[in-house]
Amino acid sequence: MATIELRKVEKKFGTAYAVEPMDLTINHGEFVVLLGPSGCGKTTTLRMISGLETVSGGHIYLDGRDVTWLHPSDRDTAFVFQLFALYPHLTVRQNIAFPLQAQHESPETITKRVAETVELLKIGDLLNQRPGNLSGGDRQRVALARALVRHPAAFLMDEPLGALDADFRETMRAEIKRLHIEQNATTVYVTHDQIEAMAMADKIVVMSNAVVQHIGSPAEVYHNPSNLFVAAFIGSPGMNLMAGHFANQTVHFSDENSFKPPKEWNSALQVGLPSEGEVIVGFRPEVARLSDKGALVGDVYAVDIHGSYSVLHVKLAGSKDELGIVHLRADRRTSHPIGAKVSFDLDPEMVRFFNPQTEAAIRRENA
Amino acid sequence: MARFEDMGPASPVVESIRVDMVNPTARLLGKIRAAIAVALATILLIPVYVMIVTSIKSYNDVVAIPPKLVFEPTMQGFVFLFSERAVLSKAQLEEYQKNPGELDFIGQLALEAGQQVTGPSDYVGRLKNSLIIAGVSTVLSVVLGFFAAYAFSRFNVPGKNDLLFFILSTRMLPAVVVTIPLFLMYRTLRLHDTHLGMILLYTVFNLSFSVWLLKGFIDEIPREYEDAALVDGYSRLEAFFKIVLPQSVTGLAATTVFCLIFAWNEYAFSLMLTSEKARTAPPSIATMLGRGVVEWQAIAAGSVLFLIPVVVITFALRKYLLRGVTFGAIRQ
Repeated sequence: MATIELRKVEKKFGTAYAVEPMDLTINHGEFVVLLGPSGCGKTTTLRMISGLETVSGGHIYLDGRDVTWLHPSDRDTAFVFQLFALYPHLTVRQNIAFPLQAQHESPETITKRVAETVELLKIGDLLNQRPGNLSGGDRQRVALARALVRHPAAFLMDEPLGALDADFRETMRAEIKRLHIEQNATTVYVTHDQIEAMAMADKIVVMSNAVVQHIGSPAEVYHNPSNLFVAAFIGSPGMNLMAGHFANQTVHFSDENSFKPPKEWNSALQVGLPSEGEVIVGFRPEVARLSDKGALVGDVYAVDIHGSYSVLHVKLAGSKDELGIVHLRADRRTSHPIGAKVSFDLDPEMVRFFNPQTEAAIRRENA
Repeated sequence: MARFEDMGPASPVVESIRVDMVNPTARLLGKIRAAIAVALATILLIPVYVMIVTSIKSYNDVVAIPPKLVFEPTMQGFVFLFSERAVLSKAQLEEYQKNPGELDFIGQLALEAGQQVTGPSDYVGRLKNSLIIAGVSTVLSVVLGFFAAYAFSRFNVPGKNDLLFFILSTRMLPAVVVTIPLFLMYRTLRLHDTHLGMILLYTVFNLSFSVWLLKGFIDEIPREYEDAALVDGYSRLEAFFKIVLPQSVTGLAATTVFCLIFAWNEYAFSLMLTSEKARTAPPSIATMLGRGVVEWQAIAAGSVLFLIPVVVITFALRKYLLRGVTFGAIRQ
């Protein structure tokens, strides 16, 4: 197993950046998820690590070895494709043995290793079938087996669950995570599904428009997003973002609504915000506490039932348009008719502030 | 009268079919269309039938008016096709007829027409030429076309679209237009009446076709398969042979059949550019028309034999052909 380092790696198509210069260190045994909307450069990054795409600049190191210009077959990485890319003219057994044959292993070794891998993924009864006859989940397992059989230095997975049914995806998610731990593997995993990323990752790399927006643990990315994009992209629904005006140690949203940040934020806000005091206040839906005497008021715009909880869409009092709608998590047992007045407080610890001009989060010293 | 739209079909529909297709009018129209198709197919098959029947008729039956539907089959046509004969004089004829047992089967058939076999004809040689020239040129155009098509499909060849258009444009000129220049060129290059010359010519002609057809097939093979092979530890060439080649079998089969049919059937070039050594079967059948009595049964026999190889190969590859000619219509 291996470490992977990207140093100033970039990719240009013509003059446009597909991936702006990025640095990334992936430690031995780490499960790193590249997360972002489609077209953000995450798959390109993965393909550059595998060698299926050349870099336009920078260097890639695998276990300290510079592999930037090495042929894909000499990198010792395994790639799992979104559409599995199982060879349709070969049986499952031949598919799994295919990477070993490239290494000119003896037939006995191949048989042994295939048997081990098949055992691990419990696909013994599929061996003589062709991929075309398999269900999506079985194809996924065979694709994983083909990646595992070689004991590669790193696994690269490009949305491997994207083509599966929703219920099956959760099973496979757990299975991949278990395999990663059992194999003590280094895994780089690409997805646009932030729930998948949160569930699986040791480290999330959030990308957008060819730029790395944030690298951090799932908790970090969720609670302390580095900018507005990450705040809105992570979470379902994303972080509530309310534009306000900071003056006299208070953020005013409208005549009716205002919020007093905790004292320890004051100096950071004074330094971090533009001189006019424009600010964007962010908070997660579960950070709001509905109460009769809450400081923030609004009325119910819509309600989503999620089973174990409900999400209230609340239009803040004094907001002119639909941009003033925030999402709050509410108890499933309380009913909130549409149009009803609600008020709520925010957990001051969990409120975040953003500079609307730079879109960056404002960080507190010693925080 | 109750309308179908209000009533629906008389019995429940237990097959997968669109609503408008079960309408009685649509059903009737469908039957009419099928009848027309059968009639057209029958009309198209009549010449083939006539050809086959003629090949096993005797000369007298062939030229009989009205044509005979019932006749005694004979191998005369095939014997005439493969032999050179001389017309016997009356005296010679009587001589032979006294003791017919001395003659073998072939000689007897010739005798029935009042002729004597003097030697083998050149048709076997012509068929052999056809086999060599069509076979080699087909293999060459498919192999070369496959590599070219792969390159055009996968790599950024500079001026790719112009090159592809240029390749296609060689098809736009009617072949007959270039026969005279080719004739002069071949004479100077001493390629006239050589196997090499004809193989080159047919390969060049088929190459444009095979490049375009195979490019379509290779475009349909997802690149991910090759990517997977590359990260699995194979070189591009290995991936080409282990992944692209087996998945192109359909396309290769279809292309082979089309190239073979062209090279096998080609008439005009062969007529102009060959005379003895490399003459193929099609012009040689036609030249049989010019020798004294027209032996229709021999011509028909030659045509039947000439058809057999193409029919056999097309039949053997029909499953690929069917998928081949409709390629791209349905993915996977």
